[in-house]
Amino acid sequence: MQTPAPFDYERATSVEEAIASLQRLGPEARVIAGGHSLLPMMKLRLAHPEYLVDINDLAELAYIAEDGDEIVIGALTRHVELLKSELLAERLPIFRDAEQVIADPVVRNRGTIGGSLCQADAAEDLSAVCTALKAKVVIRGAEGERTVGIEDFHVGPYMTAVRDGELLTEVRIPVRPGAGSAHEKVERRAGDWAIAAASAAIWVDGGKIADAGIGLAAVGPTTVHLARAEEVLRGKAPSEDLFAEAGVVATEDCSPSADGRGPVDYKRHLAGVLTTRALRRAAARALHQEA
Amino acid sequence: MATTENLPTAEAERPIGFGRLKRKEDARFIRGQGTYLDDIRLPGMVHGAMLRSPYAHARILSIDTSRALAHPNVAAVITAKDLETLGLAWMPTISYDTQAVLAGDKVRFQGQEVAFVIATDEYSANDALQLIEVDYEPLPAVVNARKALDPDAPVIRDDKAGQRDNLASPLWEAGDKESTDRAFAEADTVVTRDIIYPRCHPAPLETCGIIADFNPATGQLDIYNGNQAPHAHRTVYAHVAGLAEHMIRIRCQDIGGGFGNKVPVYPGYVCAIAGSIVAGVPVKWVENRTENLTSTGFARDYVMRSEMCAKDGRITGLRVNVIADHGAFDSTAQPTKFPAGFFHIVCGSYDLQASHVQVKAVYTNKAPGGVAYRCSFRITEAVYLVERMVDALALEMKVDPIELRLRSFIAPAQFPYETTTGWTYDSGNYAATMQVAMDLAGYNELRREQAEKRARGELMGIGVSFFTEGVGAGPRKHMDILGLSMNDGADLRVHPSGKAVVSISAQTQGQGHETTFAQIVAEELGIPPEDVEVRHGDTDRSPYGLGTYGSRSTPVSGAAVAVVSRKVRDKARQIAATMLETRPEDLAWEKGRWYVKGDPEKGALIEEIAARAYSGEELPEGFEGGLDAQVIYDPPNLTYPYGAYIAVVDVDPDTGHVKVRRFIAVDDCGVRINPMIVDGQIHGGLAEGIGIALMELLSFDEEGNCLNSSFMDYLIPTALECPDFELGETVTPCPHHPLGAKGVGESPNVGSPPAIVNAVIDALHETHGVEHIDMPCTPARVWAAMQGRPEPPQ
Amino acid sequence: MDVSIVVNGKQVTRDIEPRQLLVHFIRETPGLTGTHWGCDTSNCGACVVLMDGAPVKSCTILAAMCEGHEIRTVESLERDGRLDPVQQGFHERHALQCGFCTPGMLMTARALLDENPDPTDEEIRIAISGAICRCTGYKNIVSAVRWAAEHEAAAKHGDGLRQEV
Repeated sequence: MQTPAPFDYERATSVEEAIASLQRLGPEARVIAGGHSLLPMMKLRLAHPEYLVDINDLAELAYIAEDGDEIVIGALTRHVELLKSELLAERLPIFRDAEQVIADPVVRNRGTIGGSLCQADAAEDLSAVCTALKAKVVIRGAEGERTVGIEDFHVGPYMTAVRDGELLTEVRIPVRPGAGSAHEKVERRAGDWAIAAASAAIWVDGGKIADAGIGLAAVGPTTVHLARAEEVLRGKAPSEDLFAEAGVVATEDCSPSADGRGPVDYKRHLAGVLTTRALRRAAARALHQEA
Repeated sequence: MATTENLPTAEAERPIGFGRLKRKEDARFIRGQGTYLDDIRLPGMVHGAMLRSPYAHARILSIDTSRALAHPNVAAVITAKDLETLGLAWMPTISYDTQAVLAGDKVRFQGQEVAFVIATDEYSANDALQLIEVDYEPLPAVVNARKALDPDAPVIRDDKAGQRDNLASPLWEAGDKESTDRAFAEADTVVTRDIIYPRCHPAPLETCGIIADFNPATGQLDIYNGNQAPHAHRTVYAHVAGLAEHMIRIRCQDIGGGFGNKVPVYPGYVCAIAGSIVAGVPVKWVENRTENLTSTGFARDYVMRSEMCAKDGRITGLRVNVIADHGAFDSTAQPTKFPAGFFHIVCGSYDLQASHVQVKAVYTNKAPGGVAYRCSFRITEAVYLVERMVDALALEMKVDPIELRLRSFIAPAQFPYETTTGWTYDSGNYAATMQVAMDLAGYNELRREQAEKRARGELMGIGVSFFTEGVGAGPRKHMDILGLSMNDGADLRVHPSGKAVVSISAQTQGQGHETTFAQIVAEELGIPPEDVEVRHGDTDRSPYGLGTYGSRSTPVSGAAVAVVSRKVRDKARQIAATMLETRPEDLAWEKGRWYVKGDPEKGALIEEIAARAYSGEELPEGFEGGLDAQVIYDPPNLTYPYGAYIAVVDVDPDTGHVKVRRFIAVDDCGVRINPMIVDGQIHGGLAEGIGIALMELLSFDEEGNCLNSSFMDYLIPTALECPDFELGETVTPCPHHPLGAKGVGESPNVGSPPAIVNAVIDALHETHGVEHIDMPCTPARVWAAMQGRPEPPQ
Repeated sequence: MDVSIVVNGKQVTRDIEPRQLLVHFIRETPGLTGTHWGCDTSNCGACVVLMDGAPVKSCTILAAMCEGHEIRTVESLERDGRLDPVQQGFHERHALQCGFCTPGMLMTARALLDENPDPTDEEIRIAISGAICRCTGYKNIVSAVRWAAEHEAAAKHGDGLRQEV
């Protein structure tokens, strides 16, 4: 079988130690958590890190909790925990939607939310989820912590705001009243990456959409944030027509490229369909009308 | 944790003979004790890895192996130059073409073998591949079969003297043009379709590999290699390597699936053998998944244009023109006299007035192959074509697709039936099988449900296919591969204690031969199947034969076992007559015992006869002693299994996503030796058919880069894409097979893709006017068809 | 580097390269070849073993990452000459043909039943959806896991489990 090129390996026992290692080793070092994106790339010899810093022992980074008006998720929290979390199912059901269609159950036992976000693959589902939820991420370095909005986290294809010597430690999701959220995906086969996927969240206040968040996966060079569609929704009562209108904006504001999963026009079409579907389901949840 | 306890087993579950006997081979597999190729470790063994071309078509200017050779763990690097000195640079294919073992002059497909590294371990061998420097001069690539025939297309096989184009074969024809023209002239309905059966891959879960162990002291070459035809491989190696055939021993251990992929000899095998001869130690080479998908035997890749006509409400004629894409070297698997395999069993299950088929093969800058992916030599392409055409005709005629089939079937009284392309179908009652499928499916109810859903804007499709296969190649007078007749041997020895060993030339890759073939002996001799050891997969310990593919195990090898068992039974009769002091013709047989006619109490059990055969007591006059026999079985004809399949699909009107909700398969494969194993074979083939219809595809960009080179992009169905298959059966015994059995392994793969595609089109035709979608019916393709747009390139 | 892993209850230690994959460690160091591999991209599931009780793909974990963890392979299922119900179920329901995916399927099924002793057919299909079987079409695998679930439940109520392989 295909095997990775040689590298050196360190196993961190604390966040501080991990950061110190990353600082010492420099740009040729990569963090490994679940490893289910990185190791296949290394086996195919598409990635050649000289050092791996294993953070799997950092139990302090594996949690899902409420912290004031935020839900906080440690970077080492695995997909399976996101899928099974009662707290997320109740407060942010979009996670369960997404986790049911991310890779397969065995891979979900290893992959982590931090790894998913840091991979910064435009087709990755949790980046769209976090975009819709207007999440912030906490990045720690030798000089301390900084918090970055998800908007500013993904700076390009496979590129994030995490600098050499830094570690993503936490995802923070604001919790606001009247929330509903959902994730919709079309894939060629169970476990495949999305042809297109849409994450939507809305916050309803007094029968009107106070705020909305929409993120799209696999229809642009990075996760697509549908700011214009959110604007269309704000201040209006949820309705089929409104969601269809947002869907039209989605078809216009994404920038997919053709590949084995489909041509550009089809992906644009899917962006619209899935945006509408996700909004419909998010609204039903916000209004407690879900079938 | 449960406790265990031996409970008595119902007699019905432990048949002596045919029936649902659980498998003997399970005992090792469920414990993780199977021995697959990569599980074998020999003392001193080293590891090979293959450097492959990144280009589809390029001249090789230079190869520099010095840095790789400097790697401390590298023992040798072999290139075409080294092989030339051994006379191994080129090897014959199974279609009388030649294939470069390692590329010397130029590379002709992406993934072609360029250099072979031998190192102490797999990781080092892989590392060393990156240290070899090859200077290529890229050439324009030919990846489209039609464009391969353009007059200005680059000539791919300039290594072949006199080759000035990309034709890989002369035009091959079957049927009759004149009478077909007449049928079309007289027809009242004609439909035309361009249909592609795309390139796909058998992708067994275990990849291909070999251990070659040459002993310079004795000249003996031991080969461990999971392949489907060990005896044929040995003969090929004898020819290729110039070694004496009796000094080569091939052991096929447990094989993790084959499906046709493990029929050919691959360059990696020859390199490992050359490596072992050069290095004097065992060399293991196991390909990775990318190598498996991009360089070993693919399947299909037929570009077809077809016309079908009808008169007075039934199908009367068929015309087919095929361009077959064989890739860079013609290594398609087919009997010598049938250059397009059995494609011309294209008349389907229908009593046609006339048909005319033309096939030509072309070279392209794609991997060689054209193996049968669970298919008898191109029958799959033929069945897909004809079953799609019947549906197209039914749409045109505005008649139910089952109704058109029922009107056009060959009638039971017409068997044996000679088709307009010259094949003699042995038996069948097609309408009865179709009816069982309709009843199982609740066909009329499904049509009602479809109408209701359509009214609500939901898209549901019901697709039918009815296939007839010709399997079990084959009669010596018609069929050979590389001059080797497609017969199979069997050798049966009953020991003094009444336990038996049967050696066969078929090679199991999961078909359960160790169980089924023991059941055949049990049925014929009355020895319990657990007392019959089935030996296979070792050329030193089994008789010659052509192996397992093309659904030929039961039709050929199974028949051999039945015949050899009967020979032993006849021998036993002679001995029993002596034991019972009577004449052989006064004895009658019941399972496991000869007894005196008219005095059933007086008889001899098979184990008593076996004991006598080896004893010092009196034997029949001139008898040599012992209880054994051997045969080579030459089948008088192919067997012709058939079946009626119905698929029910739901199509998402907004996304084009197809879900196979139900799949009903009614197979008639004659007498079933082990119905449990037959059902299992059908389940597996149906899953493959779902894959081919919906997702499995080897596609290439214009430069000839393979776009599906790992399981991330070569998609195989999971448990979530496969419905809970619903099976039925009818039994029409094969009149010429000693057990009345027909082959079945490939039927579900052959029959299911047209049913699924017909179902998708059935879902979309009325509302969206869709007339055809080429496989795989991915969401993108289905959606494009729904928009009335040309399909997106893939 | 020295790596020490508990494999099927036994401590196994070896000096290996950091890049060695767990599947190779299992197959080469204790020599347990029941764990197979079928792809390079963690898509096929032939290499599934249990890591601290949870199924994982051993082709996509470094052996070094398993230091201090417990690994269970197919070879651990049979205990004191008694088959695990999932093994027996696969035999009873003809849930294997070539046998290559079987170890991974068995370990995935074992983990499922440990967590959910009475899964529905749909839950079984989801649980095994990370593993490819090219032979069975999955129908009999689903049936085998159900068989095991039913017999484990029956065993808890005092009924015996038949063993005849």
